[in-house]
Amino acid sequence: MTLNTSSSTKYVLESTDFQQLIDVLVGIGYRVIGPTLDHNAVIYDDITAVTDLPIGWTDEQDAATYRLSRRSDEAFFGYVIAPQSWKKFLYPSQVRLWQAALSNGSFEILPDPEKPEPMAFIGVRSCELHAIAIQDRVFIEGEYVDPTYHAHRENLFIVAVNCGQAGGTCFCTSVNTGPKVEAGYDLALTEVIDHETHYFVVEVGTERGQHVLEQLPVRTADKREAKLPKTITDQAAHQIKRHLNTDGIKELLYTNSENPRWDEIATRCLTCANCTMVCPTCFCTTVEDVTDLTGRQAERIRKWDSCFTMDFSYIHGGSVRYTSKSRYRQWMTHKLATWIDQFGTLGCVGCGRCITWCPVGIDITAELEAIRQTKAKGETIKEGSDENTG
Amino acid sequence: MINLTPQLTTQQLTDPMQPEPFRVKRVMKESYDTFTLEMEPVNSERLFTFAPGQFNMLYIFGVGEIPISISGDPNQPAMLVHTTRIVGAVTKAMSKLKAGDVLGVRGPFGTGWPVSSAKGCDVVLVAGGIGLAPLRPVLYQMLAHRDRYGKVVLLYGCRSPEDILFRKELEKWRARFDLEIFVTVDYGDSDWHGNVGVVTKLIPKAPFDALNAVTMVCGPEVMMRFTAIELQKRGVQGEAIALSMERNMKCAIGLCGHCQFGPTFICKDGPVFTYPQLQSWLAQWEV
Repeated sequence: MTLNTSSSTKYVLESTDFQQLIDVLVGIGYRVIGPTLDHNAVIYDDITAVTDLPIGWTDEQDAATYRLSRRSDEAFFGYVIAPQSWKKFLYPSQVRLWQAALSNGSFEILPDPEKPEPMAFIGVRSCELHAIAIQDRVFIEGEYVDPTYHAHRENLFIVAVNCGQAGGTCFCTSVNTGPKVEAGYDLALTEVIDHETHYFVVEVGTERGQHVLEQLPVRTADKREAKLPKTITDQAAHQIKRHLNTDGIKELLYTNSENPRWDEIATRCLTCANCTMVCPTCFCTTVEDVTDLTGRQAERIRKWDSCFTMDFSYIHGGSVRYTSKSRYRQWMTHKLATWIDQFGTLGCVGCGRCITWCPVGIDITAELEAIRQTKAKGETIKEGSDENTG
Repeated sequence: MINLTPQLTTQQLTDPMQPEPFRVKRVMKESYDTFTLEMEPVNSERLFTFAPGQFNMLYIFGVGEIPISISGDPNQPAMLVHTTRIVGAVTKAMSKLKAGDVLGVRGPFGTGWPVSSAKGCDVVLVAGGIGLAPLRPVLYQMLAHRDRYGKVVLLYGCRSPEDILFRKELEKWRARFDLEIFVTVDYGDSDWHGNVGVVTKLIPKAPFDALNAVTMVCGPEVMMRFTAIELQKRGVQGEAIALSMERNMKCAIGLCGHCQFGPTFICKDGPVFTYPQLQSWLAQWEV
């Protein structure tokens, strides 16, 4: 779980030898997970062969837009980011917490023999490493530890891959989470394709990573190659179009709970919860207590939940957050303000998924800016919003 | 500054999400929609030590689980006592339990009332409706060590005379010379000769030294908000006002996210807070 910084030596792995990386990880006993093509999207799933990767495909992302298109080359990691984050493996959307059975007029908790198998992720982006580090704070580094997350996390092997291009909704540079991978990985790769060559510059982050590297047919990178991770991620950084202004962000949101912009957002927000499902840091869950048909055996299932639902805040008498504006306000204020008080960091890593997957294209960076501007010239905006309601 | 950290550390179970079976020893009907359960652990001699103000997650087999504060005597840890109102599926199922039935318990969780900080001070408890239940352990604690405190005052407001909780106990306590108990109802009936009006109306005349008082407030959010304002008008410092909050909870260990109130998780940072911790958030809608 420690965030190791990479040693200075870099290596080169030819793309034709990439299969060996997968094989070595499988050989160690890892369930290997990486990007695949499924349902016209890049989906993180089990992989056994290089051919499982989305070779030659890229993703076009913008507000409320996602589509795949062919690249002019055969890049393995030529897309930006998958719709679903890695949290679906570390913190599955549905987990049985326990089973219980009635016996002797009482009940007993039944032992659950399931032990999670160790996983290796291939293709983790820098923003996603930061998201995992944030979920570590939530699930491992607090007062109570989540056993499921902890069990998955402690044996996790991470092969990070630097971004060679930025997506249309990316803003990692605003929140210092990328695009260059800096820490929190076992191995980090940078994909290089030029002229007739296709190889990966490999950086080592941990001893475990070193151990895997030693089983691969790598050579030491020369001076020019060693500079490529920085050069390539610098190019990606320059492509980023969106910006989240984090100046005084907590105070801004703490003092703007009555900002008229919340009403305006509520006219567009469908409270569909997509943003919370695709967000790599959103961690809320609910539980369902169910029985079998006899009523003698019960279990508790934990499922992902969203602060955008009415049930989320239900207490006797009704939902606390019954308007959509209060639910959007809760989500955004949590991500960008209260999270800082709770966990000492923003709850946003700038991956842009909430923008891409919002069916009406609400953009968190634009909404924050609108709140800032509305605050700055309250009177003019007030007139505008009256127009909207009239 | 009052100290909310419970003196007793929560007994960390191997898995805090697993309920432990408790058997109901006695069920007491308190009013038409409230009842009290007394229970003991099924499988152990565990003494259920808790700080007044802490809560448990109570599970009805196959039905569901809800947070309920502990209403019993902290000096009698052999018996776990909960008082609740029938409002939903779980409390309805709970109201049908009889002696011998079993339910699941997780806890205790959360912060307690500032009982230790109240030593040497006047103590003012302000309760609204079922909000008296989480404050009853404080009264038991004060009565067990009556000499440690100055005046002990309970201001209790509820909807109607029928809704008065722990009526017999309140009548008994009101007869004591070392407790001051004032009750008010929103709507009286022809037999009611007591106060009518909201509980905040009792604050200006209540007998306590505002500059040397610790106050503990539990009731609906809007009642607590205006009680805190009224107490401050009497001269009570914000830091000397403790409130107990309520939200939807699924885990009680700060991981499910449901009970967030601004930056706080009510389950682990609360449920008992000092007023300054909540003040700016209490004034907002739908937090």
